[in-house]
Amino acid sequence: MDALDLARWQFGITTVYHFIFVPLTIGLAPLVAIMQTLWVRTNDERWLRLTKFFGKLLLINFAIGVATGIVQEFQFGMNWSEYSRFVGDVFGAPLAMEALAAFFVESTFLGLWIFGWDKLPKKIHLATIWAVAIATNLSAYFILAANSWMQHPVGTVFNSETGRAEMVDIGAVLTNVTLLAAFPHTITAAFLTAGTFVAGIAGWWMVRLVRAGDEEGARVYRPAVVLGVVTMLISGVGIGASGDWQAKLMFDQQPMKMASAEALCVGENGASFSILTVGDLTNNCENTATIIELPGVTSFLASGDFDSYLPGVDELQERSEALYGEGVDYRPNLMVTYWSFRLMIGLGVGSAALALAALWLMRKGRLVGNRWFGTLALLAIPTPFLASSFGWVFTEMGRQPWVVAPNPNPSGVDGVWMLTARGVSTSVSGGMVLTSLLAFTALYGVLAVLWFRLMRRYAAHGVSVAERDPSPEARAAEGAAGGDQPLSFAY
Amino acid sequence: MELSTVWFVLIAVLWTGYLVLEGFDFGVGMLLRVLGRDDTERRVLINTVGPVWDGNEVWLLTAGGATFAAFPEWYATLFSGFYLPLLLILLALIVRVVSFEWRGKVDDDAWRQRTDWALTIGSWVPAVLWGVAFANIVRGVHLDSDHQYVGTFFDLLNPFALLGGATTALLFLTHGAVFLALKTDGDVRTRAGGLAARLSVVTLVVAGAWAVWAQVTYSVTWTWAAVVVAAGALLVLVWSTRRRREGRAFVASAVTIVAAVVLIFGSLYPDVMPALDGSGSLTVDNASSTDYTLTIMTWVAVVLTPVVLLYQGWTYWVFRKRITVEHIPAHTGLTL
Repeated sequence: MDALDLARWQFGITTVYHFIFVPLTIGLAPLVAIMQTLWVRTNDERWLRLTKFFGKLLLINFAIGVATGIVQEFQFGMNWSEYSRFVGDVFGAPLAMEALAAFFVESTFLGLWIFGWDKLPKKIHLATIWAVAIATNLSAYFILAANSWMQHPVGTVFNSETGRAEMVDIGAVLTNVTLLAAFPHTITAAFLTAGTFVAGIAGWWMVRLVRAGDEEGARVYRPAVVLGVVTMLISGVGIGASGDWQAKLMFDQQPMKMASAEALCVGENGASFSILTVGDLTNNCENTATIIELPGVTSFLASGDFDSYLPGVDELQERSEALYGEGVDYRPNLMVTYWSFRLMIGLGVGSAALALAALWLMRKGRLVGNRWFGTLALLAIPTPFLASSFGWVFTEMGRQPWVVAPNPNPSGVDGVWMLTARGVSTSVSGGMVLTSLLAFTALYGVLAVLWFRLMRRYAAHGVSVAERDPSPEARAAEGAAGGDQPLSFAY
Repeated sequence: MELSTVWFVLIAVLWTGYLVLEGFDFGVGMLLRVLGRDDTERRVLINTVGPVWDGNEVWLLTAGGATFAAFPEWYATLFSGFYLPLLLILLALIVRVVSFEWRGKVDDDAWRQRTDWALTIGSWVPAVLWGVAFANIVRGVHLDSDHQYVGTFFDLLNPFALLGGATTALLFLTHGAVFLALKTDGDVRTRAGGLAARLSVVTLVVAGAWAVWAQVTYSVTWTWAAVVVAAGALLVLVWSTRRRREGRAFVASAVTIVAAVVLIFGSLYPDVMPALDGSGSLTVDNASSTDYTLTIMTWVAVVLTPVVLLYQGWTYWVFRKRITVEHIPAHTGLTL
C-alpha cells in the first residue's frame, strides 16, 4: 500500500471511530438537558436521578469524542496537505467558525455543568447543559457545511492562476442545499442513537426490576423509556424525510453515487430498488444478478416518479470521461456503496420499528416485565450507531474517486473539483502514514475497550450512581466537622 | 493594515490564549506526581483545572482551524512537514483528555496510578514539543520552491529547537506551579510555592538564553522589546515567588508567555514559515486566503472572541476559590 491508500484508511478509521461517539453526544446532551429541565420544573426526584445517571454516561462518552475530534482537524494538514492547499480558502472557514462559535461554548459550559452543581443557582446550572446541547448541534452544522461542500461545492470559483478554489459567497456555503438536507439527516440520526440508548438502558432496567418485584424501582426508569422511544419515533420520521430529500439531491448532484448505491450498471426506466444482489460487485458489471427487487422504487426515490429514467454506472463513466478526462475510473467501489447503503437503511428502519413496538407495549402507563423486551432493548442500542457508520461509509465512499466532487448543475462551478489521489500530502512518506495509522489504531483500540467497559459498568449500576455523589446534608455535616464543605462533584 | 497581517496577529492572539491557558494545565499535569504526594492531593491538583482544561484546549483547535482558514498553505506545510512531532502531540493530547475525565470514574488504585502517569506524560510531551516546533519555525526549515517541507524529522532536533523545547517545558512547569500555589491551600500550596521559587530561577536562565539566542540570530530589532518584557517579567516572577506573592507571580508568568509569543511571531513577520535556503519561504501574502475569506473570518473572530473571553472569564470567576484536601469528597467511581 502506498501513502494514498494508507492515508485513506487512516481517514476512514479515525472518522468512523470519531463518529461512534459524536452522535451519542449530539443526541444525549439535549436529552439530559430535557431530563434536568423536567426535574427543575416538577421537582420529581426521578428526573434528577435520571439526569445524573445519563449525565455520567454522557461525560464518559464526551471525553472520547473530544479526544478523537482533535485528530480530525489536524489530519487534513498532515495527510491531505494538497487537498488543504486547494480548498483551504473555503473549507477552513466553517472549521474555524465551528471552533469559535460552538466548540468553545460546548467545552466551557460542560465544565460549568460538571462542577457547577452547587456553585450555580439551579436555573443557571440548567442553562449550562442547554448551552452544551445547543452548541454540540451547532457544531454539527458547521462540520456538515464543510463536508457538504466536498459533496457539492457552491459559493466558490476556481482561480486558475493559483490553482485553488476560492470562496466568493459564504452565504451559499452555509446554506448549501446539500447541507440543508444533510444536517437534519445527521441530527435526527444522532437523536435516534441517543433515544435508543436511553430507551434501551432504561427499558432493560425496567424489565429487570419488574421481574425482581421492585415496581417502585421500575417506576424510576419508565419515564426515561418513554422519553427515549418518543425521541426514536420522531427522529425516525425525520431521518426518513431528510433521507428522501437527500436521495433526490443525490440523483441530481451525484448521480454516480445514486447509481452505485443500486449497483445499477446500465441505465433503465423505472429502476428497481434491489434488496439483494449477488455476484461480483467489485466494479464488474458483467457478473451481477439481482434476486429480490422492488420495481420502480429507486426511480421513485430519486425523482418521485416510478417510471423515470435512471442513468447507470457505465453511462455515467462515459459522461464523466467526456467532462473530466479519460484514464480515470469514476466509479466508486460498488460492493461498498451497495451494501453500506442497504445496511444504513435497514438498521435505521429496524430501530424505529422497535420504538413503535415498545410504545405499544407501554401504552396507558404500563410497566413492562417481558424478558424478551429487556433483551431486545439491549440489542437495539448498537443498531443506530452502526447505521450512522454505514451512512458515512456510503456517502464518503460513494463520492470516490473525488475528494471534492464536481458540481454538475448548470449553475455549477467550473474547475472546483479534486480527485482524492491528488489531495494526499506529497511530502509525507508511506512509512510515516503507516506509523501514524498504526499508532492511532492501536490507541483507539485500547480506548474503545475502556470506553465500552466504563459505559457498560455505569449502565449496569443504574440510577443509584446519583447517590454516590455527596449529598448536600452529608457535605454540610462534613463541613461542620471542620474545614469547608467538600465539592459536590470532583474528578 | 493588510488583512493578511491582521490575521497573522489574530493567529498569534489565539496561540497566546492557548499557551497561557493550557500552559498552566500542562504544568499541573506535569507536576501531578511531584506535588501530589497521595491520591487526595493529586485530586486537589486535578480539580484546580477540572472545570477549565477543556475550554483551554479549544484555543488550540481554534488556532488550528483559523490557520487552515486564513493561511491554508501554512497549515498544509506546517502539519505535513512537522508530521511526527505533531503525531506525538496528538497522541499525548488524546491520552490526556480521556485521563482527566475517566480517572475518577473507576475506584481502583492501579487505575489511578495509570491515569496519573497518562496525565503526566500527556502533559510533558506537548509541553516540550510545542517549543521544539515553534523554535524550528523561528529558525527556518527546509522548504522547496513549492513550499513543501523537504527536511527530515532529525532536522527538527537541532540545538536551538531543543533549547526551545526546554524553554516551553520550564515555562509551563513554573506557570503550573505558580497557578497551583494560587489555587490551593495547605501543604500543596506551600510545596507548590517553594517549587515555583526554585523553578523560576532555572526558567529565567534557560528561557532567557533561548530568547536572546532567538533575538540575536533570527529576529528584528523591535522584538528586543519583547525580550526585555520577558526578562522583566521573569525577574518579577523570581522575586514574587520568593515573597510568595502568588497573584503577582501568576501575572508575571503569564506575561512571560505572552512576550515569548510576541517574540516568536515578531521574528517571523512577514514570513509565516521561513525557508532556510530563502526562496521557498511562506509569507503572510503567499500563504494567505483571499481577502473575501479573510474579511468574513475577521468579522467572525472580532465578534466572537470577546464573547468567548467573557464566558471563559466568568467560569474562572465561578471557580475562583482555593481547593484543599478538605474539599475532596470520597471516591464516587465504580470498580470495573
